[in-house]
Amino acid sequence: MIKKYDISGEDFSLAGEASSNFKSVLKRLGISTEIVRRVSIAMYEAEINTIIHGGGGECEAEIKSNAISVTFRDNGPGIANLELAMQEGYSTASEKIRELGFGAGMGLPNIKKYTDDMLIDTAPGKGTTLTLIINL
Amino acid sequence: MKVSELIKTLNLTVATEPNFEDRDVTGCYIGDLLSWVMGKAQSGDAWITIMNNINIVAVASLTDSACIILCEGVSADEAVINKANSEGIIILKSGETAYSLACQLSGEI
Repeated sequence: MIKKYDISGEDFSLAGEASSNFKSVLKRLGISTEIVRRVSIAMYEAEINTIIHGGGGECEAEIKSNAISVTFRDNGPGIANLELAMQEGYSTASEKIRELGFGAGMGLPNIKKYTDDMLIDTAPGKGTTLTLIINL
Repeated sequence: MKVSELIKTLNLTVATEPNFEDRDVTGCYIGDLLSWVMGKAQSGDAWITIMNNINIVAVASLTDSACIILCEGVSADEAVINKANSEGIIILKSGETAYSLACQLSGEI
């Protein structure tokens, strides 16, 4: 099963819509609570990153027989220094974003923590494609 | 401890729909940085925060928090309350500090 979501880069009130929708799908399918929680958290972080840093994008979530794979694509500026971006507490988010409670520098570290595999394809000016894999 | 008992113990006000699912509260987490909370809060936690924008509803839902407690007299606007009601998230309010609430909860859950 594949679910596709458009992620608006402008409306913060819609942040989490894709994650919440996919969480409902997983729960309906009887996926274990712990797996649902891990997918939800990783997906939400990626969704927020797509909004904050990517200016919006698209998400494709697939439930396979042995894993859940979720890919986020954006056409944003790309990640200049991936090593730094992976460090807890490092963030390039603006002051305005921080006032909303984001920009703690926990996005990518949280995604890594809650997934079994995380693939990033990014370069300055090229956008970012992030794939999260959680084994079933 | 059930959410209803938590409300009595901490003398909280219910901001969302009063006929909520009275689930178990199994822990407590305090934090305002949403990504931090997202990574650390556990399922069943009562989440104490001063953050009151609409994104708290998604964070509580996705972490499977038992409820949100807005402390220090912070309120949520109508859009947040409506969103919480539609997602089945309980928002509670208190005039007390997070520290005071946590001290009262100590040993209770």
